Amino acid sequence: MGLRDLFKRKSLARWLRRIFKRSHAKIGIYGPPNSGKTTLANKIGLDWTGEELGVVSAVPHETRRANKKENIIIQNGRGKLQLDIVDTPGIATKVDYKEFMKCGLSKGDARKRAKEATEGVIESIRWLNDIDGVLLVMDACKDPYTQINITILGNLEARALPVLLVANKIDLPNASPTTIINAFPQHRVVPISALQGERIEDLYKGIVECFG
Amino acid sequence: MKKGKAKVKAKENGSDVNIDLISREMLSSMGGYEKVRFVLDRVKNGKILVLENGLNSLEETQLIETTMSEIDHDKFIGIEMQGYENKDGSIFARLLRKNRTRMEVIGPANLLKTVYKDGNIIQTILLTKGKIVEPK
Repeated sequence: MGLRDLFKRKSLARWLRRIFKRSHAKIGIYGPPNSGKTTLANKIGLDWTGEELGVVSAVPHETRRANKKENIIIQNGRGKLQLDIVDTPGIATKVDYKEFMKCGLSKGDARKRAKEATEGVIESIRWLNDIDGVLLVMDACKDPYTQINITILGNLEARALPVLLVANKIDLPNASPTTIINAFPQHRVVPISALQGERIEDLYKGIVECFG
Repeated sequence: MKKGKAKVKAKENGSDVNIDLISREMLSSMGGYEKVRFVLDRVKNGKILVLENGLNSLEETQLIETTMSEIDHDKFIGIEMQGYENKDGSIFARLLRKNRTRMEVIGPANLLKTVYKDGNIIQTILLTKGKIVEPK
């Protein structure tokens, strides 16, 4: 079976699953580096299982291998959904080890991190073939109209994958979730602070409604 | 000069910067992977490409994936790409996965940097060649 056939078959399966409501879904947490994907994955993990998924750092590309947590049961009102969460490495079009040296890493460590980061981006993209929906995390303090965000969203639309946009870091003074809402009016946007837990209930409601 | 391709040369600090303007006809005659290869081979050679009709999102994702597998941390750190989103794409086009950007600029990340982008303007700068200072 060719790649195209496999892709079509997976898309058909996803459409069928959307018609008949799901009780179990595999959700990928995607976004550019340092948008707060792992912080969000940890928040979800802590809230519903008492365990975190990964390590958080201010240095970009801290998550360089996908972390998976299975059988997380999210309840919101009458809605209930069993999730497998995949916290993916940040997607980027470039990886320059010199950027890591600016964060204090030695040249050797920076080069190693850069190599692992490129492998992480590839792994993130490949996970797209094996998930039922996406939480696309954007930093509400940054311009959301980047090619990476547009490419990921276009890819999800082409694959007919449901997506929920997460405008993260609304606890920061210069956050502007409205900019994200205006940039992508065709998508549902949930403003939250994964770090502070602000408006996290809105996210759980959105997850149950969007992926269930 | 090959049909469907126009070349512009700009002088940047004494070095030539090649900008290739690629016609819609030239790209549409290629398959998905062929397009990705065409773009990446030229960008790795230091060229900036302006595509009259950009890549679709699946091709862009394939370009990112291929780019990551070919990054050489001394010579090639990746790509910069920016395109106008085609907001008029019909549902039919989306179902056929034909929705693509209207125009797109792609270049090596050590040479091209986007400073501003909205729905109608993409503003980029050429970084000075050979002047990248390594942090201590």
